[in-house]
Amino acid sequence: MSERASVPKEEDETEPETEQEPVTTGAQSVIRALENAGTDYVFGVQGGAIMPVYDALYDSDINHVTMAHEQGASHAADAYGIVTGDPGVCFATSGPGATNLVTGIADANMDSDPVIALTGQVPTEFVGNDAFQETDTVGITQPITKESYFAADSDTVGDDVSEAFALADAGRQGPTLVDLPKDVTQGETEVEPGAPETPETYEVPEEADDENVQEAAEALAEADRPVILSGGGVIKANASSALREFAKEYEIPVITTMPGIGSFPEDHELSLEWAGMHGTGYANMAITNTDCMLAIGTRFDDRLTGGVDSFAPDAEVIHVDIDPAEISKNVYADYPLIGDAREVLRQLFDAMPRVPDADEWRDQCQVWKDEYPMDYDTPDDEPLKPQYVVEKFSDVTPDDTIVCTGVGQHQMWASQFWEYTEPRTWVSSHGLGTMGYGVPAAIGAKLAAPDQEVVCFDGDGSFLMTVQGLSVAVREQLDITYVVLNNEAVGMVRQWQDGFYEGRRMASEYPWIPQFDKLAEAFGARGFTLESYENVEETIQEARDYDGPSVIDAHIDPGENVFPMVPSGGDNGQFALNEDHLDMI
Amino acid sequence: MPGPAPDERMRPKGRRNTQGIRVDPEAEVTHEPRQAVLSALVKHRPGVLSEVSALFSRRQFNIESLTVGPTVDDDTARMTILIEEPEPGIDQAKKQLRKLVPVISVRELEGEAVRRELALVKVSGEKPDDVNAVADMYNGQAVDASTDSVTVEITGSKQKIDAAIEAFKQFDVQEIVRTGAAALERGPKTLEKDV
Repeated sequence: MSERASVPKEEDETEPETEQEPVTTGAQSVIRALENAGTDYVFGVQGGAIMPVYDALYDSDINHVTMAHEQGASHAADAYGIVTGDPGVCFATSGPGATNLVTGIADANMDSDPVIALTGQVPTEFVGNDAFQETDTVGITQPITKESYFAADSDTVGDDVSEAFALADAGRQGPTLVDLPKDVTQGETEVEPGAPETPETYEVPEEADDENVQEAAEALAEADRPVILSGGGVIKANASSALREFAKEYEIPVITTMPGIGSFPEDHELSLEWAGMHGTGYANMAITNTDCMLAIGTRFDDRLTGGVDSFAPDAEVIHVDIDPAEISKNVYADYPLIGDAREVLRQLFDAMPRVPDADEWRDQCQVWKDEYPMDYDTPDDEPLKPQYVVEKFSDVTPDDTIVCTGVGQHQMWASQFWEYTEPRTWVSSHGLGTMGYGVPAAIGAKLAAPDQEVVCFDGDGSFLMTVQGLSVAVREQLDITYVVLNNEAVGMVRQWQDGFYEGRRMASEYPWIPQFDKLAEAFGARGFTLESYENVEETIQEARDYDGPSVIDAHIDPGENVFPMVPSGGDNGQFALNEDHLDMI
Repeated sequence: MPGPAPDERMRPKGRRNTQGIRVDPEAEVTHEPRQAVLSALVKHRPGVLSEVSALFSRRQFNIESLTVGPTVDDDTARMTILIEEPEPGIDQAKKQLRKLVPVISVRELEGEAVRRELALVKVSGEKPDDVNAVADMYNGQAVDASTDSVTVEITGSKQKIDAAIEAFKQFDVQEIVRTGAAALERGPKTLEKDV
């Protein structure tokens, strides 16, 4: 079971099994496999080649959410997977349906989010003939999935789906795909799908080698300047509680990666929040000066490390990961611990000989917190600051509120100025950096956690890429608050143009941007506009009170940029706090 | 109160090389590329070859040759892959290969493993006796002959085949085809069982 924020979970889910009709077609076997795996929701778009599967869905208790675009289906499934911890499911037809899913599948692959994609395919006899709406879906998606399956037979198609489901969930989570030719799904079969089992060639490590654990624990206990770097894998492994116990017991400061946001409470004194390109100054100072780093469930992405030559250059690295291929891929691991994060944290907890003697170091971290606080100015005579909007929202919403984002400056402000305390409350696109992720992701998140508040921060550029998803939020009556931090630009690109391209703002500014409040109303959602500091709190309250999707079009200071900033490939310890600093680096 | 500016902040003296390994600033360690023979047992099913070759191109592993063929078991195939990479790249290639679902096992074959390549060389048929004589020197044999051409088969190590081809150049080489390496561990050790 996943570590969901404060949601009461029913321990006992033994609702009486209704008598299942035996399957008669490949399509029914596909749906049966999903039912057996416990699927509640499918996000998808109809189309010719997938019609038999939808026809079988007609008789199922699985809920289907018709998305406005297949990209949205894959992002909604991805967010559903992040929030529940179980694979999110998306459907699309062959050809354009499948290619539209690709962005969301690649996104899930980069962030290790559990997703299963089922795509229609032209009948087997037409495959390879360039038939109508034919595309080589397996060929396209093979490099961006854990595995893509081509279903060859009506008798085994259910097994294919069961295996793909199990594989998406097992070990390091990620996306899988099953391509379903129409004759295979339409074909007759009486074969029920097997139970979800991972392929025999796929091994999932659990505990790390005891001797390695012992050595790593001793190195960490010996350290003068220890830190924990907690990645998204901690959340994926439901190891947040184990991490909290470990860090508190051994009094080690905790830095998270961006995907690791929520794995450790940001209001705890040991928290340095998150490190990387736009991470906090104190996290970046600590990561640069540590002499021993316990890194858990992170792949040392370049946005985190900056240039590897200057990344934690004095640190012995203990790297805990469930995927052996991540060990020493980007940063050399002095102590590789291959295993499940929760198991290995328990092992380390027991193996630690003592609390590291690091009073001075913790004091130093506190000095950095004082020296580089995350603050910003709010002069009355300037337009609304985006940070203020995020902070006000964070102040009034419950701890278990789920924050979704698109990609860009708004995403950074949402991660910097919201206080995250619970796992699975931060739903964003990290590795792929997919603008447009936010609108459909909030739909998936809300359906995954109907009892939790869902807020989606988006940028004007990002919002426009998937705004059609609002029609889905309205149709499904989803209580989501969308906040567009509107600076009438693709702000992050503009920030880079100003910083690194001599202010040559090519294709980053919008000479005209729609009125998002009116656009929201046209979709059937509630629309609000914010122009100044005057009515921020009231507007937030009204939008939250509205029982349904609402959109706040917040016109923010277009001159506001994201800081701190480590330029691409730079030294984390030399983050810039403002534009002037960028010139110094 | 903002602390010191970027260039005035405390920072450690160490650094890492491009492979993320901490280095002594005085004595930088570099890993020279070396050749490695990877032998992989894979599920014998459509798409496996493209999955493996795509992996090597996507991750920019420097691949010299890749051969694939059946094994005693109809359900499995064996791939022999020659790569030239620095040590961390070889490690990473093995790990990434193991991660592919249809890959059953991967091993790097040691230097003394049995390695064989095959080449077919089509040369002018003007001096068949001389061609045969050269072929004999390399334990090759003529496998096809016509009035205008002779085709010779050579098997052996890469170096032997390189040398043979060089020697055949005197007969006006018309066409050459070469396989990549096929390789097996010496002794009773196999990919399935360690002895």
